[in-house]
Amino acid sequence: MMNIAANSRNENSSPISISQKKYLRELQKRRHQIIAIRILIFVLFLFLWESAVRLEWMDGFIFSSPSRIWNTFRSMWEDGSILLHTGITLAETLISFALVVLIGVFLSTLLWYSSRLSEILEPYLVILNSLPKSALAPLLIVWLGANMRTIIVSGISVAIFGTVLNLYTGFSEMEPDKIKLIYTLHGTKRDALFKVVLPGTLPLLISIMKVNIGLCLVGVVIGEFIGARQGLGYLIIYSSQIFKLDVVILSIVILCVIAVVLYGLLGLLEKKLSR
Amino acid sequence: MNPLLELHNVSYAYHSKNGETYALSDISFQVFPGEFIAVIGPSGCGKSTLLSLISGLLVPESGSILFNSSAEDSHPVCASDIRRAEKRNRCRAKRPAKDKIGYMLQRDHLFEWRTIYRNITLGLELLPKRIDADSHLRVEQMMKDYDLYRFRDAYPSELSGGMRQRAALIRTLAPDPELLLLDEPFSALDFQTRLSVCDDVTAILRREKKTALLVTHDLSEAVSMADRVIVLTKRPARIRSILRVNFAEKDLSPFARRNAPEFQGYFNYLWKELNPHDEYSCK
Repeated sequence: MMNIAANSRNENSSPISISQKKYLRELQKRRHQIIAIRILIFVLFLFLWESAVRLEWMDGFIFSSPSRIWNTFRSMWEDGSILLHTGITLAETLISFALVVLIGVFLSTLLWYSSRLSEILEPYLVILNSLPKSALAPLLIVWLGANMRTIIVSGISVAIFGTVLNLYTGFSEMEPDKIKLIYTLHGTKRDALFKVVLPGTLPLLISIMKVNIGLCLVGVVIGEFIGARQGLGYLIIYSSQIFKLDVVILSIVILCVIAVVLYGLLGLLEKKLSR
Repeated sequence: MNPLLELHNVSYAYHSKNGETYALSDISFQVFPGEFIAVIGPSGCGKSTLLSLISGLLVPESGSILFNSSAEDSHPVCASDIRRAEKRNRCRAKRPAKDKIGYMLQRDHLFEWRTIYRNITLGLELLPKRIDADSHLRVEQMMKDYDLYRFRDAYPSELSGGMRQRAALIRTLAPDPELLLLDEPFSALDFQTRLSVCDDVTAILRREKKTALLVTHDLSEAVSMADRVIVLTKRPARIRSILRVNFAEKDLSPFARRNAPEFQGYFNYLWKELNPHDEYSCK
């Protein structure tokens, strides 16, 4: 029992056996293969799409093509419009995400503090969470006006209820004995919150955040569909109405990239924290 | 000598929608400074409840618990007074005497996100006075004495079960409690580790001159560690008998006691006390 720590250190420094080397090599090979096939699928897809349009199997005006999208991107990059719309959407997403995290942690803490409050509010939270939040967007426009604030609220509304529910569940699933430990050391409920519940649920918080940053993006785009003059959501709706489908698809591609990058950043944060 | 802890006719029941469960009934005993008391009884008879009551986590339904701390600023407190006072004002300046009670739970519950040192000083963080230089030094000394100092910056997952349990004990001792409550602290360990940790803990407690109340279902553990053994009946637990354990040779380690000639006699006596009619067996 005493030398568990010592053992794991030995394993790192001892020379690797031949069979282990072979196993690692196989593992590496498999990983490379998978990555290569993934890239191949993407390239093949672009190639087929482009050829189909060039050979006039599909109408480029409706289905666009990689080269048309690229040209649209370049011209919109030069006049700065794409950067503006992307920047607006990104900013709105980040602001609503930050607010979701703050409000979510605050409300879940409140619910954890008062079991009576959480019991009272539970059915409301469940209903609000299962409500399709996009239905709220038109209402928000009327109430708050067609401005950035509405878009941010729309982003928050999609993510907040799920965050509160999941986080509160995580809080209340914290081992009761760990909290009892705080009391045996003469701590208060406040100590239990700051020393056990919050640090103990940090991994959960980050995995909830990973889901929610995507949801915020959804909410923001829904908001922009209805009541905005800027942003990728606006760009999609406006361009589809005047049949500039190159711009629509370009905007969708950029949304894809934003979603992946934001998710990836949180993934990095998660890795860094889990040592 | 004044008793450090006095229980007078303490009773307790758990309430739930489906009815109430009587856990303890009319428990009275005293603990004197420096004593090591073991409490044994059939499993589920309310032994842990007893410790929760003494530590003030639960409030007795009837009866009183008096803790006569020798600290100047403290005063005899009945557990039910503590809870009421706490509900009234959450002031931390006037801490009741129960701060001088340390409680070690069954499992170590070291926090994986804290280093061993920060786990051990957790109790000091929670006290109104922040980590002062004195307790800081005392903790470091204990870590050195009990062979944990080299792991001060390690995380709990890097430690063996026995070492984790020692870390948990030092965490309990760090705020310098006068009375130590031990709730089956060895039951999660395998037998070999248990024997050696048992010796370690006894040595530490003797060296730090602590009064301790150990709850266990292991008869040989009780005989090997305690000065007195309190035997509880099955639920609702009453005190069946109190056995004074006297070994001819003083200051034997628990392991040495297990090999002493008196050991078997005490063990058999407790076995009979726990199984008066041999109709229900106890673990």
